[in-house]
Amino acid sequence: MNALLITLLIPLLGTLLMAAVPRCRVAGWLNVLLAAATTAASIVLALEVLHTGPLLSPGRFFYIDAFNVYLLVLTAFVATTTAIFSRPYMDHELSLGRVNSRRMRLYHAMYQGFLFTMLLALSTNNLGILWVALEGATLATVLLVSLYRTPESVEAAWKYFILCGVGIAQALFGTVLLYFAAASVLTVPEDGLLWTTLHGIAGQLDPTVMSIAFVFLLVGYGTKVGLVPLHNWLPDAHSEGPTPMSAVLSGLLLNVALYAVVRVKMLVDGALYGVSNIPQLAGYLMMAFGLLSFLVAGLFLHRQRDIKRMFSYSSIEHMGLMTFAFGLGGPLATFAALLHMTLHSLVKSAIFVTVGHATHIAGTQAIDKIRGLIRTQPTVGWGLLLGTAAIAGFPPFGLFVSEFLLLIATMESWPWLTVALLSGLAIAFAGLFRNIHPMVYGSQPEGQQPVKANMLPVYLHLLLALWFGLAIPAVLAQWFDQATQLIAGKGVL
Amino acid sequence: MNFAQFTLQEQGVVILAALVLFASFSLLAQTRIIACIHAFAWQGALVAAATALVALVADQHHLYLSALMTLALKAMLIPWILHRIVMKLEITREVETVVNPALVLLAAAALVAFSYYVALPVEKLSTLATRNTIAISMAVVLLGMLMMVTRRQAITQVVGFMSMENGLFFAAVVSTHGMPMVVELGVAFDLLVATVIFGLFFFQIRQSIDSLDVDRLSRLAENTEGDEPVEERE
Repeated sequence: MNALLITLLIPLLGTLLMAAVPRCRVAGWLNVLLAAATTAASIVLALEVLHTGPLLSPGRFFYIDAFNVYLLVLTAFVATTTAIFSRPYMDHELSLGRVNSRRMRLYHAMYQGFLFTMLLALSTNNLGILWVALEGATLATVLLVSLYRTPESVEAAWKYFILCGVGIAQALFGTVLLYFAAASVLTVPEDGLLWTTLHGIAGQLDPTVMSIAFVFLLVGYGTKVGLVPLHNWLPDAHSEGPTPMSAVLSGLLLNVALYAVVRVKMLVDGALYGVSNIPQLAGYLMMAFGLLSFLVAGLFLHRQRDIKRMFSYSSIEHMGLMTFAFGLGGPLATFAALLHMTLHSLVKSAIFVTVGHATHIAGTQAIDKIRGLIRTQPTVGWGLLLGTAAIAGFPPFGLFVSEFLLLIATMESWPWLTVALLSGLAIAFAGLFRNIHPMVYGSQPEGQQPVKANMLPVYLHLLLALWFGLAIPAVLAQWFDQATQLIAGKGVL
Repeated sequence: MNFAQFTLQEQGVVILAALVLFASFSLLAQTRIIACIHAFAWQGALVAAATALVALVADQHHLYLSALMTLALKAMLIPWILHRIVMKLEITREVETVVNPALVLLAAAALVAFSYYVALPVEKLSTLATRNTIAISMAVVLLGMLMMVTRRQAITQVVGFMSMENGLFFAAVVSTHGMPMVVELGVAFDLLVATVIFGLFFFQIRQSIDSLDVDRLSRLAENTEGDEPVEERE
């Protein structure tokens, strides 16, 4: 329990601390340090949960089980490695004059604030607080998207704020309906938002109200996941903000929003089971939205001319795939989705780190201006190439495994959908490589100089992805299996 | 529904709900920014009054606190902040052109009917006296969204957003006697922070495009033609 409190307190206090530290250089190091401490605490927490099982805090405010604990560790870990990258990157931006020291303070404070809201959203047992934390995450990041104050970045931030605000308001309405359904069953209505309580009484909740609530919740949190057609904010926000922000938005925020959808789906499935005409309503909706996002984003990959925009479309595509997998349900698909969630976070944040260095080398984000990365700086060029290979699902990397598992699961229950999935994967693959190839191999423009790059996070993430592709460590496999049992009812191992 | 069966207090809540909905309509129809903010303040006050009345009917003491919070936040503080921003930006006299106002209001009426249709199965279940207010609160949420879609000024979009929040809060009060206090406080905190950030944004937008017309924020639209170069950034 203490480990959880420490995990949450470090970034919360970090937010205040960072707002007070005036020196940018100190703040950069401090940011790394705080995030690393959070990771350490979250690992202790994870071991605790692994040994003693699910953890419910005395006031029933926090609930940690196999599903959210691994996301907690992942979130803290990616935040740490991104902080390692962010330090020299933001120093470079400062020396270019794109930000001043006041904005750097805001940046570091909000980085910690964002981490806090993510961790709170994951660890809370109260669905209302989950909403508050996710809205808080929007608020923490919106000023970072407009950090450079260019007209484009202000526009992106405005779009992000308005669209996510409207979206998440729908989720609050869904939460109210959920509470309404629970309050009419419970003797103590105040407990009606506690996930543990709701999960226990899911069978008694009114199916009609729960279906309506789920539609609102899916639309609301789906906006944050970036599901088509609610995805408009995502490429803008990811491409206009500072690159470390793109890495954590893509790698973490989308996951947490999807986590919220899955939690709610578990409740709705329980409520509709055996009483409704379409007991898998929630799953069907998620499959439809997921598949649509997957295919549409894959097509959009082909016409991108900004490198960060391109990779944010790739994020939409992968989130669509995960949503589809969770919607499909069943142990195998759920296992695949959980694995995919982890690997996508690792690989996508690694890619954004590399992209950050690549844009510094070329001095632009335009794809047709970035050329000859391997010649100028082999580590960045190879990093980008390998990262893209990993995200496209090439065999030695872990995403191949998760996509393969998902394809098998689809083959079992919805055979004809495998065709859509396979062609979607091919389209996305082509879209990525037609753009990546010239950037990596093309002839380098004159006078292009290598930059000081810290590729440690990239190596670390890609190695992990490789390791998961070759052999998933037994502890982790056990962990994913426990989470699968929670969500799908039974495990695969 | 048979209104004669309602007690006096329940009738009061229903009337207040109707007035909240009316405020939403007047927000939609109002083209002057200052008047819009005033209408929004009135809506906040009405929601607060309805909350207090529900507190009285249902004998829920914590709702009095919510009512007070709503009154302070939505009827006073937020409108006051918006008002000040409008003064500072010197756009008090600005009138917004709404494309096809009659159509917008017709669409609004359709949305209200739709909300009643969706809320029908929910209503049957409710054991509370104030049943059809759920449909009204859903309508207020949807009308807020409609307002955000039809308006072009950043400030009126924010007013639409806040009026959606009013609808949500109203839904929580009338359907379940309010959310648990900790959630309500969290939501109020988020709303306050959002208002401050919105305020900052008005100045940022103004600085970057010299206007608050969000139609002019269109640099990031997906381009289909391939010849136009992506803008270079240093």
